[in-house]
Order: sequence, then C-alpha cells, then structure tokens
Amino acid sequence: MDATQSSTDILSISDLSIDYRTERGTLPAVRHATLNIAPQQSLGIVGESGSGKTTLAMGALRYLPENGRIVGGTVRLRGTDLASLSPGELRRIWGGQVGIIYQNPLGALNPSLTIGRQLREMGMLHLGLGKRDAYRLGQEMLTKVAMPDPDSVLRRYPHQLSGGMLQRCVIAMALMTEPSLLIMDEPTTALDVTTQAVVLDLVRELKRELRAAILYITHDLGVVARICDRIAVMYAGEIVETAPTRDLFKRPRHPYSLSLLGCVPHFDLSAEKRTLVTITGAIPHLDALPPGCSFAPRCRFAIEECTASPPPLAEIDAGRSCACYRWQEVPPPEAEVGEQTRVIRTRRTAVPTGDVLLRTDDVRVFLKASGRSLELRRQKARVHAVDGISAFIWPGETLGLVGESGSGKTTFARAVVGLTERTGGQVVLRGRRLEGVVEKRPKEVVRDIQMVFQNPDASLNPRHTVGEEIGRPLSLLRGVRGREREQLIGELLASVNLPRNYDRRYPGELSGGEKQRVAIARACAADPALILCDEPISSLDVSVQGTLMNLLMDRQAQAGTSFLFISHDLSAVEHMSDSIAVMYLGRLMELGPTAEVMRPPFHPYTEALLSALPVPDPDVVQEEIRLGGTVPSATEVPAGCRFHTRCPRCLGELCARQEPPWQPVGPSHWIYCHISPAELAAGQVGILDRRRGLDCKEASR
Amino acid sequence: MRLYWRRLRHRPVALVATIIFSIFLLLAVIGPWVSPYSATHQDYDARLESPSFSHPFGTDLYGRDVFSRVLAGTRGVFVLCGLGTLMAVAIGTITGLFSGYVGGFTDEVIMRVYDVLLCVPSLLLAMVLIAVSGPSKRNLVLVVGILYTPDVARVVRSVVLDLRTKEFVEAAKVRRETRRHILFREILPNALGPLMVESAMRFSYSIFLVASLGFLGLGVQPPSPDWGLQINEARNFLGLAPWMLFFPAAAIALLIISTSLMSDGLKEIGEPVRSGG
Repeated sequence: MDATQSSTDILSISDLSIDYRTERGTLPAVRHATLNIAPQQSLGIVGESGSGKTTLAMGALRYLPENGRIVGGTVRLRGTDLASLSPGELRRIWGGQVGIIYQNPLGALNPSLTIGRQLREMGMLHLGLGKRDAYRLGQEMLTKVAMPDPDSVLRRYPHQLSGGMLQRCVIAMALMTEPSLLIMDEPTTALDVTTQAVVLDLVRELKRELRAAILYITHDLGVVARICDRIAVMYAGEIVETAPTRDLFKRPRHPYSLSLLGCVPHFDLSAEKRTLVTITGAIPHLDALPPGCSFAPRCRFAIEECTASPPPLAEIDAGRSCACYRWQEVPPPEAEVGEQTRVIRTRRTAVPTGDVLLRTDDVRVFLKASGRSLELRRQKARVHAVDGISAFIWPGETLGLVGESGSGKTTFARAVVGLTERTGGQVVLRGRRLEGVVEKRPKEVVRDIQMVFQNPDASLNPRHTVGEEIGRPLSLLRGVRGREREQLIGELLASVNLPRNYDRRYPGELSGGEKQRVAIARACAADPALILCDEPISSLDVSVQGTLMNLLMDRQAQAGTSFLFISHDLSAVEHMSDSIAVMYLGRLMELGPTAEVMRPPFHPYTEALLSALPVPDPDVVQEEIRLGGTVPSATEVPAGCRFHTRCPRCLGELCARQEPPWQPVGPSHWIYCHISPAELAAGQVGILDRRRGLDCKEASR
Repeated sequence: MRLYWRRLRHRPVALVATIIFSIFLLLAVIGPWVSPYSATHQDYDARLESPSFSHPFGTDLYGRDVFSRVLAGTRGVFVLCGLGTLMAVAIGTITGLFSGYVGGFTDEVIMRVYDVLLCVPSLLLAMVLIAVSGPSKRNLVLVVGILYTPDVARVVRSVVLDLRTKEFVEAAKVRRETRRHILFREILPNALGPLMVESAMRFSYSIFLVASLGFLGLGVQPPSPDWGLQINEARNFLGLAPWMLFFPAAAIALLIISTSLMSDGLKEIGEPVRSGG
C-alpha cells in the first residue's frame, strides 16, 4: 500500500526529507518519509519527543518555521502537488482543505474574542459566507462536536470554558470548512483522562461521519490503539514501521516498535509483577546520527550490516512496511517480554499482618481561596483540597493514589510530608503522631519521609551540581562526611544507573529522565522508609517512564522502601501499587488492594476512570462510561455524595442529600457509595474481561 | 570561568564594553602612578592651555592638568559609587530575600517603606539628604546606598517570589534545611544573574548621580578632582577652553555607557549552564 500509491489517497507523502538550519549546522529532522492516508482513514504517527512527528506532518503541508527546508520528496494532497503551489494557494489549503488541531486549545483561540466571533470569522474568511450564515454554521458545528448548550458557548470567551470544551471548539472550528484532512497534534495530551475519553469518542464519531482523513500525532500507544486504523512509528526522524493498528500491536516487526510496546505497563492483574522492557541508551542527536540504522546502537538485533548503511522502508507484507534488515528475527511481543524482563516481586494478596508504616486519619487540608476574586475573599471561602482522607501504607509496599487533576492528590502528599499544614486529622508514622509542618518534626521523621516531585526541570537547583544535590541530604540527615559521603554519592548514582562522573554536572546538562533519576537518588539519599512520588513520570517519554518505574520497583525490592505513588495514569498506578486509593474532590471513593480495586465491584468513579483509560491493546473492548461536566470547584463541594453531580449511577435524592457510607467489600477494601457492592458488581465488567473475539463466545454460552 | 569567556567572545558589544570598563577600573587603580602631574598642582604659567603633548587634555583655569584630574576623578568615582552600590546591593539583597520569602505583613511593611523612597525623584532626595547631612564623601556613599537599596530589593524579591515555590526549594524544606540555607544557598545563587545586572545598572546610575551632585556643588568639594565638579568649573569657559568640559563629560558618558552595555551582556552570559552551551 505504501509503495503503490492509490489515486484516491487524501494525502500521499513520498520520500519527504526536511532539514532545520540551526547554529549548530543542518539538522535532518525528517528523512525519507513515505506515507499515504486514504479517505476516512485515521493514521497515527507514534514516537517519542524529538522523533520528528510534528515536523513531518507540518512539513508535508509546507507549514514550517523559518529555518525549516524541504530538501526532497513530494507531497500530494488529493492529487495536487503542494510544491507547485504559490504561497497564496497554500494558505487557502491550510485554512480550507486541512484542519489543524493543536495540543493546547487555549493557545489556538484568541482570548479576547468570543467563541462565536472566532467561528464566524472562520466561515467568513474561508467560505465567503455572510455574517449570519457563518454564525449559524458555527452553531451547527458546535452541535456536531456534541457541545452541551452551544448557544451559550458561542457567547463566551475562551477562559470561561474548560479544557475539554475548548478542544471541542477548536475541532468545531477546524470542521467548519469541511476539510478533507484533519491533522491532530496531541489534541488530548493536556486533558484529563475522562475528558480525553470524550474527545476521543468525538474523533471516532467524526471519522465515521465525515469523509475526512485524520493524521493523528501522539506519543500515547493507548490512544492510537483506540482511534487509529493504521500506525506509523517514527524514530529519530525516520518512519521505521507502518502497519494496520492491530497487526502492529500483535506482531511488531521493527525492534523499536517492539521495545516501545514493552515499556508501557499492560494492564494485567496477575500477582507477579514483571519489570518493563527498557531501551538502553538515548535517542541520538540529529547532528550526530549513526551512519547506518539510527536505532542500531540501541538495538539488540543489530548486526554489522545495520551499522553500515541505513535500511530502507520496505514493504514486508500487504499494507505493512518496515525499515529493518532483521525484521524476520524480531520475536512476538510475548516472547520479548518473557525474555527481556524479570519478575521483580509478587503483589500482596492477603491482608498484611504487622505494623502499618504510615496511617492518615481523616486528614483535612482547607486552603484559603487564593487572592484574586474579592468576592471569594470576603466570604472567607475555603478550598476543601483534602477533605477527610484515611489511608494506610505498609512497610515495603506501594499505595497508588489516582484521580483527575484537582482531586487533591498533591495536597494530600504535601500534608503528609509537612509542606502544607493540615487543617485537621492525624498523620501517624510508626505509631508516632506527626507535627503538621516539617520544620517542627524531629530529624528521624524528616529522614523517614522524602519526596520526588513532578516537574524534573524545577526539582533540581540549576546552580548546584548533581553531587551537591545528592550529597546534601547525606550530610544533613545522616551526618555522613568526607570520603564516605563521596562513596555514597557514587553508590546512589549507580543505583539510578547514572555514571559516577555525573556528580560534577549541572542540571542543565541532563535530560529530563536523567534529572528525575537524580531527584530519586536525592530522595533515597536520606535512606527514608517512605518516598512520596508526586506524578514522577508524567512529563517524561514512555521509554523513560518505563525505566523509572523499574528503578523505583528495584529500590523497593532492595531497600524495602514504601511509596505513595501519585498519578493520573491508572495503568502506571496499577503497575506500581499493592493497593490503590481513588480520590475525587478531596475524598477517597475507593480504597483497597490493587487486584480487587481493578475488578468489579467498582465504585462508579473507578469504573468511569477505567473505562476512560486508553489501554494499549486494540482488542480490549471497554465500556463507554463517560462523565459529563467537569470536576466541581472545591470551594463549593456538592452536598451528600460529592460525586453525585457527575455519577452515572446517581440514585437521586439519597445521593444528593446524604453522605454515603464506607461499605466494606473485602477485608481491606472499601467503597464510598450508597449502592451495595453486590448491586454495583451486577452489570460491571472487568476491563480485561471483554475482548474482541471473546464477545461471540460469551454470546454463544 | 572559561565558559563565561567563551560566551563573552560571541558578543562583541558586551566584549568591547567590558574592555572599556576594565580600562577605567585599571586607571582607577594605577592612576596615581601614571598621572603626569598632581591633580591639584597649579601651574599659573600654563592656564587654559589647549591639548598638547605635555598636557594631553589641556589645562584649566588654575593651570591644573585636565588629564591628571580626570584620571584622579576615576578613582573617586569607583570608590564612591562602588561603595555606595555595594551598600545598596548588600542591604537590598538581604531585605529583598527576606521580604519575598517570608511574605505577609513583614513584606508589606518593607516594600511600602521602599515605595516611599522610590516615589521621590532620586536627585531631589539626594540633594535633601546631602543638604541635611553635609557634603562629605561618607555621606555621598550613604546617599547612593540608601537611594538604590529599594531597586535592588525589588529585583531580588521578584526573583524570590518566582523561586520560592519551585520544587528544589520544596525539596530543601522536605529535608528540613534552615531558612538561612534556603535563602542563601538555594535561592540566592539563582538570583545572581539578575542581581549582577541590577548592580551594574545601579553603578552606572550612581555615577550620574554623583556627577550631578558634584556639578551642583553638593558632592565632592573643591579642590578635590571630581568629574561633576570639573564640568561645573568648565561651564564658564565653554567657548574659551572647551576641553575642560569635553574630557570629563566624555569620561562620564563612556563609563556609563560601557557599564550598562556590559550589564546587558552579563544578563545573557550569567545564565546557568545548559547542554546547548
């Protein structure tokens, strides 16, 4: 399919190469890329950051920054060679035939104009419509993207809408001109999982309805598995493999695709936890590409031939191509996972005996509503960021804390470590009640609880060397000095797989993953019993995420450290944790051992999160449970059950009036709901229990 | 250090400015040894002489060598303005750090006091202060220090406000560092860039201020060599002996311009190390 380009293709890119001219010379950002997209098809471009995904998509449309140059190849949009067009004609194509949707919807809209005006202008400019017609078309488009109450949205300004709604407005705007090609550049990356699910549903719906082709750029394998028909995997500026989605997931042929699939956690609820596949080394810099295959230095299948000349993207099967000399040698994913990973530990199944390491009793943190709105200040409004959390962490175990943004996960961790003073409740470490702020806590306690922060770029002091950063807790909390300190710094660096000489480096010289590894080493330096990990991997590439999760689990296996692992990503939490706490608007909805929380009965919120989770397996059929609206403000928490405003199973009066009970499901498993566990379980399906193909078997039974 | 030198080399304007500034600094140090005459030596046989080999910048009304006086004035400028700026930077940094980090009422009080100082035109305030305390070198240093403390404090405070919620500061709190460590070891090093730029700017402003006061007769008193004073004395002989005015004025302009261009360069050069180099 890639070799024989059919005339009906919406977009066909062949042998496209794009350079960037920079101070450091010419960087070949995209090399010999070939792609075709048929009408109504969605093609996903997958790759890690810096692999050239966006450059390829934008470059194909000749929409490049000043220093970008197309140095070879042809691009045809519905048969028209884009190279032959004048700038004016190109501009007409950009606005008319192609719709582009970016990652940040707030940046794509003008903050000082109403949504209606911006939609109207689009219609007037590109379709030549009159004011009224254009407005009406905008209204129609908002209805098409399933916008609730489109009329009021038209009158509003961008800052008055939530992220998901904004992204729908941007999509509506892109659809106004009935483009034949939609380019979506990570459109859901900045959104919450539940909102992401709604937007992805919309994209799927649109694909079915319109005759547009979709070019979908993402780093998230779960997302492509859900919405793309075909996938192109990019690595360091080259397309290394293209294949239909299911084929790629079932039998990747390029070693990089294979590793990429192995380094994301797959939802498996088995008790044995395996490490994730790691890819050694890092993506090569574009100014220092290896002479042969650019993946060869990191590839365990590489032979001499691979380092001599780059393998071309060749058709290996109908509709599949792969740029590898050794694709026949690449094993199926199951074999790879079996061979390349090891069992790191078994997950707790029984109720733990012995003493709990850390217990929180009804911890509350109410924050003053921060300054801007005078009205809020006058009312002395309080943000109920954390509103009564009781949880346990046992020695050597991980408690996963999951929830949408704004649910209070970070505030809870800050209250535990003493960065934010709690308003009420107790934090008890090994039977000892802890003071509210870290300054008042004795040294042993400070040493026992350490933290890893979300943003690796800000978590290291840019003016301190790595050695100083790691050495400080050693001398401050453990009183280690001199040669012993140097030796321990070396050991800590080794434990996070960094070379010894990194102690002289400054954070600016490290990559994001390396910075986060230093941050982990710094947290480990105090030899704590508990490390609070606040979204430690969220901002990193998938392969780096895998490495870091392995690192944390290794640490746990060796030193018996406990973790509070906070993430919005349920699959990462599932992979890391012995027990899971699901948090919504300052309160726990469900708490229990991982295997139990991930199986019915679910709390309705847990169920919704699971159904929204993009599972990197196209065969998994998920329930379509979507939460309407947005998380309510934590200054005005809904009465009764705080989830009732969005709960698909809300019982009405009861839920709106009365606070639900903590219903025990198992010996250490609770659900915060009015509906009894047995009733909840009826009709709920486990996330992995329904697969394509299995459906028919169930039906025949 | 080598890195900074490398970065400097790629910015010719900043490089030239730094060289000029360094020459001034050097002359301030070695001035007395290279000066052909004493700055106050009066030679009544050579009054109002135009520039020549024996008097490169000419002579003034009393036959004093203008070159020697400009040279001696350089040292005065560096000492007065340098000490004054240093005082402003020291007080401004400490109060700015504290004010920004502690916040709340303390912050309000400190910043409002500084606002009062800032809202009076600086030359006016300086004149009032000098008029009250009398024109002496010590008082000039104090006036420069007091006048420029608020500016430095505001710059430092804004950096602190930006940094105090950064994760590396939180990480320091999580290991129970003292407030002093957090302020001076975690935050201050990151404020050094803006602080250096601000100091250089304050230095160049203070040159202007001291020269203005000198011109108005409220600065350094005659017969001491001072650029502002020299311009004041030259005022009446503008048609007769323009060199008397030109050379000190040029020195002021050159030093101020080179200092502020250098501070612009410092801004970029002082950035933390990045892999991009």
